[in-house]
Amino acid sequence: MRPDFWVVQTFNGLSYGALLFLLASGLSLIFGVMRIVNMAHGSYFMLGGYLGLTVALRTRSFAMSVLVATVAIALIGMAMERFFLRRLRGQDLGQVLMTIGFALIFQDLALLIWGGDPYNLPVPAALSGGLRLGGAVFPVYRIFIVGVAVAVGLGLWLLLDRTRAGAMIRAAVDDGEMAQGVGINVPRISLAVFGLGAALAALGGVIGAGFLGVYPGSDFEVLPYAFVVVIVGGLGSLPGAMAGSLLVGLLDNFGKALFPELAYFTLFAPMALILAIRPTGLFGRG
Amino acid sequence: MIRRRALAALIVVGVLAGLGPVLPAYPLTLITQALIFGILAMSLDVLLGYTGLPSLGQAAYFGVAAYAVALLATERQVGLVGCAAAGIALAAVTAAVFGVVAIRARGTYFLMITLALGMVVWGLAHRWVTMTQGDNGISAIPRPDLGLPWSLAHSIPFYYFALAGFLISFWILLVIVRSPFGRTLVGIRESESRMRTLGYHVWLHKYIGFVIAGGFGGFAGVLWAYYNGFVSPTDLQLATSVEVLLMVALGGRGTLLGPALGATIIVFLKNLVSVYTHRWLLILGAVYIATIVYAPEGVVGAVIQWARRTRTGQLRSEA
Repeated sequence: MRPDFWVVQTFNGLSYGALLFLLASGLSLIFGVMRIVNMAHGSYFMLGGYLGLTVALRTRSFAMSVLVATVAIALIGMAMERFFLRRLRGQDLGQVLMTIGFALIFQDLALLIWGGDPYNLPVPAALSGGLRLGGAVFPVYRIFIVGVAVAVGLGLWLLLDRTRAGAMIRAAVDDGEMAQGVGINVPRISLAVFGLGAALAALGGVIGAGFLGVYPGSDFEVLPYAFVVVIVGGLGSLPGAMAGSLLVGLLDNFGKALFPELAYFTLFAPMALILAIRPTGLFGRG
Repeated sequence: MIRRRALAALIVVGVLAGLGPVLPAYPLTLITQALIFGILAMSLDVLLGYTGLPSLGQAAYFGVAAYAVALLATERQVGLVGCAAAGIALAAVTAAVFGVVAIRARGTYFLMITLALGMVVWGLAHRWVTMTQGDNGISAIPRPDLGLPWSLAHSIPFYYFALAGFLISFWILLVIVRSPFGRTLVGIRESESRMRTLGYHVWLHKYIGFVIAGGFGGFAGVLWAYYNGFVSPTDLQLATSVEVLLMVALGGRGTLLGPALGATIIVFLKNLVSVYTHRWLLILGAVYIATIVYAPEGVVGAVIQWARRTRTGQLRSEA
């Protein structure tokens, strides 16, 4: 195998990990504040992709499709939290089952609206093509994905670590009751975090649609990836989501390239190993 | 009270046994399906209802057993006993391996891990084409020959075959959940720390429960492979696990018969709905949400609560 192979595959894994980060950071945030495992998170990703596609075909603007998709999905997520999930506070299983119900409904609605054919999101000319570095060619679009993920990661870190709102979110993650007790409006924080998480998943969906395409079933296909990322990284932890996405992105990519028939095993083995050593994940707290 | 229950059980079994020659072929095959999925739902109930472990990967055990039967029955012409033993054993071994990873986790973590593990098995069925033939699946699985005058290829004998499998599974599971071991599972569901203080090896009890559930999930898979004559990755995809979870939640977790009833409702609903519309997932999702909102304890759970309320009401009026 040429050394190029390793460089290119590493880069591909990195960019897939970047996409996973967009998906998993929202899932992790939502879990951190509300202890909800959101089974509809993959649906936000898929719906984001489809909405982005529709807007892109109408307006010919990539930026517009990102904007519309993230805002619309954030609103859907917030509506789910406000009108359905909030009624089941403290009932872990009930909340999970409810998000499964939504995931099924979203899947069928997407099939009803957009049909069963796969689509590709048209990518702006500035982001297509490749960048030649040394002997290897790197697709510009994948570089763009890594850039977006780094920007989002940085933004989330600044938000959580450097702002008043972030301090309130962290307080809600650590101890919701106590946070409520010192005057933090935890329900409002929950609503905002749910919206933010949904928007991040939709962002991942639009951007992912540029190179993975959008197709029925993509929601349940990415969901386990997001789960493995947060299981490995630790639920509710931003650094965990970062480390987990990189690890899972790289492993998945090399697994698929080197052992195409056993691709999922290359994901499973490290997950099992990490869980055996640290049941709460790399950065999780008990 | 016990005699009344035994009588009720006898009547139900009698009715089920009498249905064979009476019903037309189509509803009979639906009931056969419901019996098979009833076993799968009851196996999940051991985890979800009795032990409090929400598994979203139960289709994995169902699927590996179905694939074992498919491969052995088509390529090696293995008979019923060999196929069933291999299927159940493979499912139990898979559960034993997955259990080591999953059992340490609790609640939502457990749910996510079982989901991911289930996807591993789905990924194998989907990708390991030389073994599983990928998305094409394995078809033309012959029904077993029991050496009886009735061929299981016909729907009525197969119905009795599935009914026998269901009743045996139900009886064994009932004995298990009512045994001292089964009571420890309920104790773990209610308070893990208290059980640990009492000196129980909590991990081991959960682990054994997990493997038992896997084995019975495998038995359902064996019956399914014979019933359907075809296995494919859809048998072990996430949607199947999700459907089984709904069967348990809808019927009433921790009641064993409830999940079987839930399986019947879902199987009939799915087939009736498909006559009129392709929007099955939409309806399934709506049933999910309606169950959580209106019957969080499931159908049987709601009936039990209602019965208890009327009984205490009677006592009060008598006093």
